[in-house]
Amino acid sequence: MRAPIRIKTLTIDGKEVSAREGETILQVARENGIDIPTLCYLEGLEPYGACRLCLVEVKGINRLLPACITQVEEGMEVITNSERLVKYRKMILELLFSERNHTCSVCVVNGHCELQRLAQKLGVTNIRYPYRYPNLPIDATHDRFVVDHNRCVLCTRCVRVCDQIEGAHVWDVMGRGINSRIIADLNQPWGTSDVCTSCGKCVHVCPTGALFEKGKAVAEMEKRRQFLPYLTVMRGGKQ
Amino acid sequence: MTQRITIEPVTRIEGHAKITIQLDDDGNVADAWFHVTQLRGFEKLCEGRPFSEMPSLMARICGICPVSHLLASGKACDQLLAVRIPETAIKLRRLFNLAQFVQSHALSFFHLSAPDLLLGMDSDPKKRNIFGLAEENPQMAKDGIQLRKIGQTIIELLAGKRIHPAWVVPGGVSDPLTVEKRDKILSMLPEAKEIALRTLQWFKRSLENFRDEIRTFANFPSLFLGLVTPEGEWECYHGRVRVVDENRHIVADQLDPVEYQDYIGEATEPWTYLKFPYYKPMGYPDGVYRVGPLARLNIIDGFDTPLAKQEWVEFRELERGAILSSFYYHYARLIEILHAIEKMEELLNDPAILSKQIRAIAGLNNLEGIGVAEAPRGILIHHYKVNEDGLMEWANLIIATGHNNLAMSKGILQVAKHFVNGKQLNEGMLNRVEAVIRAFDPCLSCSTHAVGHMPIHIQLIGADGTLLDELRRD
Repeated sequence: MRAPIRIKTLTIDGKEVSAREGETILQVARENGIDIPTLCYLEGLEPYGACRLCLVEVKGINRLLPACITQVEEGMEVITNSERLVKYRKMILELLFSERNHTCSVCVVNGHCELQRLAQKLGVTNIRYPYRYPNLPIDATHDRFVVDHNRCVLCTRCVRVCDQIEGAHVWDVMGRGINSRIIADLNQPWGTSDVCTSCGKCVHVCPTGALFEKGKAVAEMEKRRQFLPYLTVMRGGKQ
Repeated sequence: MTQRITIEPVTRIEGHAKITIQLDDDGNVADAWFHVTQLRGFEKLCEGRPFSEMPSLMARICGICPVSHLLASGKACDQLLAVRIPETAIKLRRLFNLAQFVQSHALSFFHLSAPDLLLGMDSDPKKRNIFGLAEENPQMAKDGIQLRKIGQTIIELLAGKRIHPAWVVPGGVSDPLTVEKRDKILSMLPEAKEIALRTLQWFKRSLENFRDEIRTFANFPSLFLGLVTPEGEWECYHGRVRVVDENRHIVADQLDPVEYQDYIGEATEPWTYLKFPYYKPMGYPDGVYRVGPLARLNIIDGFDTPLAKQEWVEFRELERGAILSSFYYHYARLIEILHAIEKMEELLNDPAILSKQIRAIAGLNNLEGIGVAEAPRGILIHHYKVNEDGLMEWANLIIATGHNNLAMSKGILQVAKHFVNGKQLNEGMLNRVEAVIRAFDPCLSCSTHAVGHMPIHIQLIGADGTLLDELRRD
């Protein structure tokens, strides 16, 4: 016999909502038309909780919780939008911009970038932290695609889609903290990877211009992700 | 006692510069220098980036004429792809360049130089600007603003925005022209033509007031260099290089612009960031040449549009050989505006302009590419080398203002010697020194892109003119 579905009731931004046990705050909020900004989260991939843009306040808990990986509980009182949250979200975006070389004006995804869109939406007009201007390489050894570490925000969408959907696991993360970097296989040029199927899923789930199709000029690269929900369903609805 | 006069910053030009004038014991002008005081570093910062980003990245060199950099860069990238781009793409890129000629020349003439021309070189400096112009001759100020607006609007209609559009891509352009947009552009051109003709008439009438300036504004023999069609007519997009001397004799013709290194050398001096290009067969500094509107009108055998052709014939009558006074850059600019408007009409009335075949798609096929086009200020060269993955390894940009560097320095000395007297200085004298620079419409932000190990030649010269010491780094 199947276990009965347990229903939890809670409030999000004062609105009473009900949810299935095991759902995350983010899922329930979106089902109810409440918008929480996200960057590393992508429907169809396992949530990872890296970017912290989806932080929310929960009454009775002092620290902020990431909505994408926090499961709902009975009687929770969630606030998704407050002065404090906006302050932290803007700070996170500014830190992302200052960490690498995100020069929107000459980027292949200018106008189609999730990071750029979030910054516009949250009203980030200037970066208060000094830019680090790291000297990062571009790997253009692949026949069809390019990875530009200057634009990477380490959301690991590429790592997850390659592992969970394509099953190739070309991408992974090396190093710690500020030195973290996405690598192909055993930290080798992408073009030399034996397991890469050149499917391009990583390129299209990437929220920024870090992964793009070779030969695209500035502002020409648009990401198409319609394939992801279908592929997830075909793989048995597993997220 | 020797005295030094410094004009800093030089106003109503693009970018930052200063002028130093050295006076001798009697207060007469002994020497003059034109210093460009900023450094940009584009040749360095593009290293390691994919070549497909270059048109847009290089366009950032300048907000006044991003179109020129887009085109030269786009052409260099076409070579990296090793493609022949579709005819319509060439037509559209040419149209794009002509629109920029209109807006950029309008800016130079009306906004920057007309205050000197209309209000006089000695007028109150507080009024000697576009606002003073609007007070004195509202029609002319309106004309200038309107003409520039028309040029900018055409750029926006073609490419999506006015400044730094990303429309030019390796292999062609990214979007075709629609019927609506074509009709809109065509509807703006008659007004532009009226303004151009009206201003030309006014300028020709007022030439008499500037006899002294015409005589002394960088008025000296030099070579002139630019692009011409195979028939020797005016050209701004393709074409081959022609060099003429002060008698308008052709020194070299139909040179392949891609082989520019064979005939153009670059020298540097320690007191400026701007390099000094010269015509190699004649050496440095004898190979000094001028580029830009005046040079183009000196090298060509004519225009292929009726009104501009007529004006050019009249212009040619000014002198028997080449027109040598740089004051006539202004005149040449107005004739080019007229031609650009006529030519745009012609291109837009050709149904081929609407074709959807606007881009050649290819991967990387060459590791070196050179793109050459005429910018409003003169010939512009982009030269790239990439690695096998298509990442930039090296770039060299030769910018119009750079070509005119020697001519500008010579011009300053000439005009300073004539107008500046250390015993009684006045503002009008110094303004003339600036105005000679303005005549060239230099774009200094563009031209000081170089960084890295510049070959340097330093000479230490004593009061009696003897060479005391010399250092050279190549």
